[in-house]
Amino acid sequence: MRMIKQFRSKIREINQRYAKPKIEMSRGVSFSLAVLRIYLFLLVILMIYKFITVIKVF
Amino acid sequence: MDFFSVLYYRFKKVWKAIRLYLVIAGPGLVVMIADNDAGGITTYAATGAQYGYHLIWFLLLLIPVAYYVQEMTVRLGAVTKRGHAEAIFESFGAFWGWFSLIDLMIVDWLTLVTEFVGMTAALSIFGVPAWLTVILVVLLMGIIVLNGRYWTWEKIALGFCLLNLIYIPAAFMVNPSISSIIGQGLIPNFPGGFNNELFFLLMANIGTTIAPWMLFFQQSSVVDKGLLEKDIKMGKLDTFIGSIITVAVAIFIVIVTGTLLNGAPIDDAATAARMLMKTNHYIGAFMAIGLFDAGLLGAICISLASSWAFGEIFGWAHSLNTKVKEAPWFYISFFITLATAGIVPLIPGAPLVLITLFVQVVAVTLLPAALVFLILLLNDKKTMGEYANTPLQNIVSTIIVVLIIVLSTLYGISALFPNLFR
Repeated sequence: MRMIKQFRSKIREINQRYAKPKIEMSRGVSFSLAVLRIYLFLLVILMIYKFITVIKVF
Repeated sequence: MDFFSVLYYRFKKVWKAIRLYLVIAGPGLVVMIADNDAGGITTYAATGAQYGYHLIWFLLLLIPVAYYVQEMTVRLGAVTKRGHAEAIFESFGAFWGWFSLIDLMIVDWLTLVTEFVGMTAALSIFGVPAWLTVILVVLLMGIIVLNGRYWTWEKIALGFCLLNLIYIPAAFMVNPSISSIIGQGLIPNFPGGFNNELFFLLMANIGTTIAPWMLFFQQSSVVDKGLLEKDIKMGKLDTFIGSIITVAVAIFIVIVTGTLLNGAPIDDAATAARMLMKTNHYIGAFMAIGLFDAGLLGAICISLASSWAFGEIFGWAHSLNTKVKEAPWFYISFFITLATAGIVPLIPGAPLVLITLFVQVVAVTLLPAALVFLILLLNDKKTMGEYANTPLQNIVSTIIVVLIIVLSTLYGISALFPNLFR
């Protein structure tokens, strides 16, 4: 229990430490990150679709 | 100055450069040669068996691809003194940081399982049971890592890299036709036309050339070794030599299977080794030894890539220069990753094919993100200063990265939906 508490406080500390991105958010950076988000979103949808079709077979 | 004085000074200058290179050499060579891991050997063996020498030209194109991506990690590590995971957390915030770290953990562990599958399959050819292989590998890696010095670890790893060159004598032993290699292999061509099967194999070759763990491993390795800005030039040379060696080894594997197993169906490198043994015992044995070594090298680097990344983010001591007492969590995470992955191939009926497919799919979620972060970080002039990407470097690396992202995505999707491209 103590270990889980310590772990959670560590995660919180890491989240606080890296709360603000240090890179200058220029148009190029913002655009790249937005495209990356869309790309990953589509990929996750594909994986979920595959997962559902596999489950259906079983 | 007379002729001999000029010659002496030139020799001294060259010798000094060689000595400096030998001190700095390591991260680039190790990461590049470890790139030819168990999965890589299988891909190259299948390439040779299926298409003979016809795709050697394509493998040569992978030298700049591997070099341009990996040399960026050298600059980033030497300038920031931070690993790739820490650099992502700091520059892009906790969301992208956790995404990369968790993804890296999953993909590294799954890849590690495939390395153990390769190693156990390779030694089973010599009658070594799988459980003994796993125990021996974990013990061996414990001895390598627990010596408390990065320098010693690196030299041992380089020794295993040297063993990876075993495919070179094997290729000479099969007496390939040099004129066929030049005629068929060096002129760009698509044997049998550009069909889906060929496309799948080309994608597999690219997929094995750049893996997410390589970016994390080399940058952390550069930091742990303590390379500075002044060492970047030699670090880049190290990476370049490594990229040539890795492709050369791949070509020699293609030559071996292209000569002796042309047209044979190859599902994995262990099968190729068994088939080669029927033709020539020594060549088959070389193939099996090379496969074991490739899996071992991959396992050494992949498990370290994860431990370094965890150490960077959780603030644990995370250097191979530390003793177990000084960095317990670094070594504990290393052995947990290693041992849990090693157990999987020993489980009867473990879904190993599913795991191999899953590696490709998960890698597709991490690789594009890691590559995009890499280019963005290399363009952060505030941090990188004079070592930031030049416009030409940006053009070359962006083209390469876009190409890798498109092809690896198609490769990942084809793993999810096998009938889509066939």
